[in-house]
Amino acid sequence: MDAFRVIFPGSLTTVQDRGRFRFLDRGVPPSGALDPFAYRVANLLAGNTGGAAVLEITVIGPVLEVLCDAADIALAGADMELTVNRQAVPAWRTLRVHRGDLVRVGRAKSGCRGYLAVTGGIDVPVVMGSRSTCLKAGIGGVGGRMLRKGDILRRLEGEPLRHPRVLPPERIPLYRAEIVLRAVPGPQEEAFGKGLGMFFDAPYDITPEADRMGYRLQGPPVHHVEGVPQSIISEPTVPGNVQLPADGRPIILLVEQTTGGYTKIATVISPDIPKIAQAIPGNRVRFREVTLEEAHRIVREEALEMRELEALLTAGR
Amino acid sequence: MSHLYDKPQIRLSGDRAILVEYGDAIDPAVNEKVRAVTALLKRGLPEGVEAVIPAYRNLAILYDPLVTSPAEILSLLTGLESRLHEIEIPKPRVVEIPVLYGGEHGPDIGVVAEHNGLSVEEVIAIHAGTVYPIYMIGFTPGFCYLGGLDRRIHTPRRKTPRTLLPGGSVGIAEAQTGMYPVDSPGGWQIIGRTPLRLFAPERENPFLYEPGDRIRFVPVTAAEYERIRGKEGA
Repeated sequence: MDAFRVIFPGSLTTVQDRGRFRFLDRGVPPSGALDPFAYRVANLLAGNTGGAAVLEITVIGPVLEVLCDAADIALAGADMELTVNRQAVPAWRTLRVHRGDLVRVGRAKSGCRGYLAVTGGIDVPVVMGSRSTCLKAGIGGVGGRMLRKGDILRRLEGEPLRHPRVLPPERIPLYRAEIVLRAVPGPQEEAFGKGLGMFFDAPYDITPEADRMGYRLQGPPVHHVEGVPQSIISEPTVPGNVQLPADGRPIILLVEQTTGGYTKIATVISPDIPKIAQAIPGNRVRFREVTLEEAHRIVREEALEMRELEALLTAGR
Repeated sequence: MSHLYDKPQIRLSGDRAILVEYGDAIDPAVNEKVRAVTALLKRGLPEGVEAVIPAYRNLAILYDPLVTSPAEILSLLTGLESRLHEIEIPKPRVVEIPVLYGGEHGPDIGVVAEHNGLSVEEVIAIHAGTVYPIYMIGFTPGFCYLGGLDRRIHTPRRKTPRTLLPGGSVGIAEAQTGMYPVDSPGGWQIIGRTPLRLFAPERENPFLYEPGDRIRFVPVTAAEYERIRGKEGA
């Protein structure tokens, strides 16, 4: 059924779900919500389970007219002004909207990406196993592109919640201008010798070249050991890989590519990807070295916390 | 001189992936090992393994750290390796790609011929006379990194890249040959075009090939090109 008419699309709004993983070996990037935490919470607050599709909103949000009788929506992620019919309403909770309501998501005050979920999930065709938009390949979402004025967004069937859900305030992430990203050395840490220590010491600034492909950083350049080739035989990359081209300036690779030919000094651990997703140009990044064992312990802790959060939010109150 | 390592080298790529490396060069023997291990793993993905992505000389194994670990995957790989000689790996599939060489679809074929002191017919015969292994697919959906281009037709890239190459363009850049599956900018010398749709996202299988397959380019006439194109609905 119809859910929204796009009155104003925002600066870069796309449909995203968990991602597209079936054809990674054919050069089809994973795409998907860049901040999986905010994505999951937005869906939980809108009463969705599993991998429902949402709107990923970048910096400046859309204005949407509600086209269905009643539905629940929820905004999570970046701290964005949110109004329904010009009334300010809170994010990180279930909101009931009705036909004709005007939902406006403003500019991010902190963070970078907001996630707007709706009852049932956004209904666009499943392409190669996912509804996620991949702009580079022109697939998924609304015609493989970002939202435009006049688009009609449909949603899947789903019952509005009987009771609104609210994320406990202490669970709302704070998006700071300085972030610490935990990273496991490798896959090519040996190419840098002492440079590895420098890399984990140095402060980096996020440059304006920062998107879903990758975040380019500026800071003290880290150079290869003399004589070690700066490029390698191209190989698969994963989100979080920190690539160091010949200029010594790191690029954190994200979700819109599958291969690369530069050495990678370290890899940001998966639980810290949301911090990158919410960082904006000018923010400061430091990398902190963790072992694989520590990384996996953090992954297990986060999974446990997520299950507890799910249980809390879905408890039939 | 073999570029194969005695034992695969394992590299960590974060908390959800490892790279298993079999050699240090672009080498048919190394890639054959990658292909064999990939084929074996794909017969039944081990529990917790989410994807296997082969490349030139290594493969990435993506895993769920809540279910498995690099140590478990490694012991499994060691087991596979010890049985590798007794397991039959299917021969690579050869995928034929029809190509209309030269003319408006292959505007740079004359450059390739001239650079190498050959006739256009000789360039076509050499290019279509080789079976190319797909070492890796990446960059864009369906873009193949092919090995084995005959030295006689190696040609530098264009000085000025074209802003738009139509999908299906077949080209040469230095020691590489390949196809552009979708419209994109590019600096390769374009020698022809295939009427096949190399990336059809709406199909159950959107691609005609996978890493490890072989590609053979088959010259077609303009009439055949149009007929296949019509059938492809392109």
